[in-house]
Amino acid sequence: MSIAPSPPSILSVRQLSCERDERLLFSGLDFDLYPGELLQLEGPNGVGKTSLMRLLAGFLPASGGRIYWQGKPVEGCWEEMHQALLFIGHLAGIKAELTPLENLHWFAALEGGQEEEDLEEALSRVGLAGFEDQPCQQLSAGQKRRVALARLLFTRRSLWLLDEPFTALDKQGVAAMEHLLVEHAQAGGTVILTSHHALEQLTGLRKIHLGAPQAGVKEAIHE
Amino acid sequence: MNKPAAAFCRLKQKPANLPGLFAVFKAALGREWRMQVRRRGDLVNPLVFFALVVVLFPLGISPTEDILAPVAPGVLWVAALLATLMSLDALFRPDLLDGSLEQQLVTGYPLAPLALAKLGVHWLLSSLPLILLSPFLGIMLYLPWEAQGVMMLALLLGSLALSLVGAIGAALTAGVGKSGVLMTLLVLPFYIPVLIFGTGAMQAAISGGSAMAHLSLLGALAALAITLAPWAIAAGLKIAVSGE
Repeated sequence: MSIAPSPPSILSVRQLSCERDERLLFSGLDFDLYPGELLQLEGPNGVGKTSLMRLLAGFLPASGGRIYWQGKPVEGCWEEMHQALLFIGHLAGIKAELTPLENLHWFAALEGGQEEEDLEEALSRVGLAGFEDQPCQQLSAGQKRRVALARLLFTRRSLWLLDEPFTALDKQGVAAMEHLLVEHAQAGGTVILTSHHALEQLTGLRKIHLGAPQAGVKEAIHE
Repeated sequence: MNKPAAAFCRLKQKPANLPGLFAVFKAALGREWRMQVRRRGDLVNPLVFFALVVVLFPLGISPTEDILAPVAPGVLWVAALLATLMSLDALFRPDLLDGSLEQQLVTGYPLAPLALAKLGVHWLLSSLPLILLSPFLGIMLYLPWEAQGVMMLALLLGSLALSLVGAIGAALTAGVGKSGVLMTLLVLPFYIPVLIFGTGAMQAAISGGSAMAHLSLLGALAALAITLAPWAIAAGLKIAVSGE
C-alpha cells in the first residue's frame, strides 16, 4: 500500500488520516507535491483542511499514514523540513508589542538576516509604508495580515503552507497575493494553501478536495 | 501612504547562509527583551505583590522584633515564591493566542533554546528586581545584617530554579485558559525543596552557622533546572500547540 515516493517530489503523503476528538476527519489521503506546484485544499468547513495543514507543519501527530520530505520519512528530518518551510496559519504570529519592522527582523534573522532597507521595502510593497514604527496593536486586522504576508517577499524558504492567507485582505490585496503565489511557483517554489476565494488568476492550480470522510479524496487539476 | 497595494513583488534574492543556533539565540534574546520591556504592567505586578505581602505582614501580627525576626526568612521566601509563580502564569499564553508559538515550532531550530531565551529575559526583568528589593524588605522584618548577603545569594540561586520549574507548568497549562490554580497545583510540590533550602540557608546565617550546605544544594537545584527544564518546557509547548 505505502510505496515510498519517487525522489523528485519534495513532499509526499501516503495513506494519511487524521482523527480529532474521536472523529475521523479524512483518511487514505495520497498526494505528491513537486517543485513549482500550487496546491489548493478545498472542502466545506470542518472537513480537516486546517488539520491537514497543521499535520504537514508538524503540530499534530497523524493518526495513520506517513509524510515524506524529499523522499525521507519526515519524522527523522523535521528540522531540515522546517528550514525550508514557511507556515502562516489562521493566527498571523505577529507580536502586538513590536513594530512591523521588528516583527520582520526576527523572521529575517532566522534565515540569515536582511538589510534594514529591504525589510522597509517589503513593508511598503504590501502597503504599509509609514507604519514601520508603529506598534502592531494599533494596526487593523488586514494590516496585521499584511505584516505576516510581507515575510513572503523576502523569504528564502521554498515550501509555503498558507492557511486562509486571504482572510481580512481587501480585493487588491487578494489579487496581489495571487500574483505573488504564481511568481513563487514559477521560480520553482511550492505552495499549499486553503482558501474559500475563487482564485481565478492562479493558472495551473491543482486542487485536492477533502470531501466527506468515508468518500475518500477526489483530486482534480484545474487549468 | 495610500500607494496601491497591487504589487506584492518579491525582493531580489540575495544568497545568505543559514544562521547558526547561537545567532538565532541572540536574535531571540533581543526580540524577547523588546517585547517584555514593553509589557511593563506584567513586570511590576509581582514586585508590588512581593512588597505588599512583606509590608502588611507586620501590621497583621506585631511590629516587634521578637516576633518578626524569627519568621522573617519564611515570610520573605514565601512571598518571593508566590510572586515568581504569579509572574510566570502569563509567560506563554500570549504567544499561543497570537500564533507566535506556532511560528517558533517551525523555525527549523530547536525550541528549547528559544524558550530559554524567553525565560532568561523574564528572569532578568522580574526575578532580579525582586532580589534587589529584598534587602529593604529584610530590614523591615529585622533581618540581621549578616543574613542579608546570604538571603540575596539564596534568592539568586533559588529564583533560577523557581523560574525554570514554574515555566514547565506555564508551558503545560498555556492552552487551558485561565489556568492559575492548575499551574500552582502542578508546580508547588517542586517548589518545596527550594523553599526549605532557601529558608534553611537564612536560618543558618542568622544563627551564626555556615550556610554553605544549603546554598550548595540550591545551586545544585538551579544547575539541574537549567540543564533539564528547557527540554521539558519545549515538550510542554508542543503539547499546548497540538491541543489548539
